[in-house]
Amino acid sequence: MTRRQRRLLLIGAGAGVLTIAVALVLVALKDSIVFFNSPTDVVEKHVAPGTRIRLGGLVKPGSLARGANLAVRFAVTDGNREIAVAYAGALPDLFREGQGVVAEGRIDGAGVFEADTVLAKHDETYMPREVADALKKQGHWKGADK
Amino acid sequence: MIAELGHYALVLALALALVQGSVPIWGARTGDPGLMAVGTSTALAQFGFVAASFAALTWCHVVSDFSLATVFENSHSAKPLVYKISGVWGNHEGSMLLWVLILALFGALVAAFGANLPPTLKATVLAVQAWIAATFHLFILVTSNPFARLAQAPFEGRDLNPILQDMGLAIHPPLLYLGYVGFSIAFSFAIAALIEGRIDAAWARWVRPWALVAWMFLTLGIAMGSYWAYYTLGWGGWWFWDPVENASIMPWLAGTALLHSAVVMEKRDALKVWTVLLAILAFSLSLLGTFLVRSGVLVSVHTFANDPARGVFILAILILFIGGSLALYAWRAPALRQGGLFAPISREGALLFNNLFLTTICATIFVGTLYPLAFEAVTGNKISVGPPFFNLTVGLLVIPLLLAMPFGPLLAWKRGDLYGVAQRLIAALAVAIVGMAAAGAAAGGGPVLAPFAIGLALFVMAGAVTDVVERTGLFRVPFAAAFGRAAGLPRSAWGTAIAHFGVGVALLGIVGETQWGTERIAAVKPGETISVRHYDLTLDGLTPRRGPNYQELIARFTVRRNGEVIGVMEPSKRTFPVREMTKSEAALMTRGTSQLYLSLGDTDAAGAITVRLYHKPLVLLIWVGALVMMAGGGLSLSDRRLRVGAPRPARPKPALPAAA
Repeated sequence: MTRRQRRLLLIGAGAGVLTIAVALVLVALKDSIVFFNSPTDVVEKHVAPGTRIRLGGLVKPGSLARGANLAVRFAVTDGNREIAVAYAGALPDLFREGQGVVAEGRIDGAGVFEADTVLAKHDETYMPREVADALKKQGHWKGADK
Repeated sequence: MIAELGHYALVLALALALVQGSVPIWGARTGDPGLMAVGTSTALAQFGFVAASFAALTWCHVVSDFSLATVFENSHSAKPLVYKISGVWGNHEGSMLLWVLILALFGALVAAFGANLPPTLKATVLAVQAWIAATFHLFILVTSNPFARLAQAPFEGRDLNPILQDMGLAIHPPLLYLGYVGFSIAFSFAIAALIEGRIDAAWARWVRPWALVAWMFLTLGIAMGSYWAYYTLGWGGWWFWDPVENASIMPWLAGTALLHSAVVMEKRDALKVWTVLLAILAFSLSLLGTFLVRSGVLVSVHTFANDPARGVFILAILILFIGGSLALYAWRAPALRQGGLFAPISREGALLFNNLFLTTICATIFVGTLYPLAFEAVTGNKISVGPPFFNLTVGLLVIPLLLAMPFGPLLAWKRGDLYGVAQRLIAALAVAIVGMAAAGAAAGGGPVLAPFAIGLALFVMAGAVTDVVERTGLFRVPFAAAFGRAAGLPRSAWGTAIAHFGVGVALLGIVGETQWGTERIAAVKPGETISVRHYDLTLDGLTPRRGPNYQELIARFTVRRNGEVIGVMEPSKRTFPVREMTKSEAALMTRGTSQLYLSLGDTDAAGAITVRLYHKPLVLLIWVGALVMMAGGGLSLSDRRLRVGAPRPARPKPALPAAA
């Protein structure tokens, strides 16, 4: 094998792997991007039922209701609109009424958000940035503007 | 007073870093040995002052000096001592101080053990190291002063975030930082090589031990962090593709690639320019990780309270170092003497294959992690790229890498014989196929991918064993001779085989946990039983207890396997009054390499408590595999050839009697 052939082979192999990787990334990105929406976004943008989204806002005080078989219902609000959320499973430790929450799932035909994941990654000084931004947009941000 | 001394020590460290960053490199340019030697003493002194500063902050935490803002916000007088100490780095300011402490430590190690380096190279490396140190000292002093006082000292602190009150915090960040910052040495060597315009096989020999040390700590740090997340977050996940986890795995991948390409450079004097690039990339990705964690641009479980001014400052550091080093690379790399090309089927070809895939995997993770940022900047819409993306891309790209892994060490340098190697791997392949069939039969249907992945893991492990068997001639020569050869085998060869074996072990654990794990979530009342696999757990009762700085509710479960009592599991739920936070403490029961995992949720009105019960087969192998990899790295590091600071005879000495 000549030097030239070796170099070509090397460049070819590199380009081949990169092409495969780029194709993979594009395919995978197309299927696994999840948009973040506030309740206002969901109402105003008319998010289609069945689309997978992340819903973020505050857990509306007094809205938490527990049913049988670990079923939980609560409302997520951004101060402007609110969306009812249904979830089955154990809620995270940091889930509390009046606190920030991010839920991932789909809106069903009746306009209820069927969550399969509920995240509440915050403490009293930290709120998910997405939620904070959504609240700021609605003018309901009360925290210090750090 | 102690706090002011700590602050002052940090200012002095900055001043020393500025001297260290300018004088030695001037000496190296002008060939003045006196000026070059300044690097050694300033590096040692700088470490001394940063250590003093860190000790001062630790002291303030231990004695609960709430007049310090960081102590007030992150400590409490009732907190156990170990968490008072680990709480030093359980916040932004303190963790940055730990970062520069480790940076200064590595600089001091080069100064102390770099006696065998050419003086100009050593001076330049120490100067580059000081540039990094100076910017981070400045960053801490300007935006994140851990010694800032409060005007009025409160009587009591606000306690550390309960999630961080764990042994994991004591161990995980220091290990991770040792790994991250360890790559700064490889980076400084790369920049020094570019500045000097000279690079050779000896360079690779000097860089490799440092890269290996960093890689070992990073491996352990990532594994430790993963185990911490696993037992502390209460839902049994050990890897979330969280941005911060990605930020730690990216330098690990680049560092792993660097270790392999440095071998090619050392042995064959090839891939030089590429190795320099990897050294720059490994540390750049570490810096990026610091930026992602500290600036809070990405939503993550690791983010502390944030301040945009810090984000901008770190971004500036990032642009300065990554942009600067890549520009220097583009400018100077063509001046470096290129190494030769080589045959594709050879040891060096296999190592290049490894590099190609490792860097590609690293790049896809990079895209997935930063895509949401770019997308938001362009469209204003917030998105998240979740685990499905990473599982698909990384999962597919890692297969060729693992398949090729057993072949690499068996191929000869220069020109390998692929067919011959395949013949020698027949036994390994047989093991893999038998394992695959057994796994398929045991699972009885189920996911198709799982038996294949088990086979792959066994192939990697058996391949590593084959490597040792081939080298020692076991089964071909008498046992005593094989034993003799095994003893004489270079430790780096053992290291390779063991580290590769560890990859297979970890893969077994990953497959077992993800494919065959089972989960039960239920609300149980005292006396009721929940079951998973062959295990039945009965809730005996709930007992409240008072801890040092929390209230605890303990649930006692009796565990039976096929009706026979095998033990008790006591998960609990802790309430920390100071922060009004609750935290579940999961209970783990280890059975061989599998675990039962039990954590508590809320109690409902009827008195039933929600529990999450998982059976996680082979899960421990994930971390055992990482430990085995690290052991391989350690063995390789102890190889005489690579020992840090070991004197190397430059040329064979004439056989003279040692009269002098």
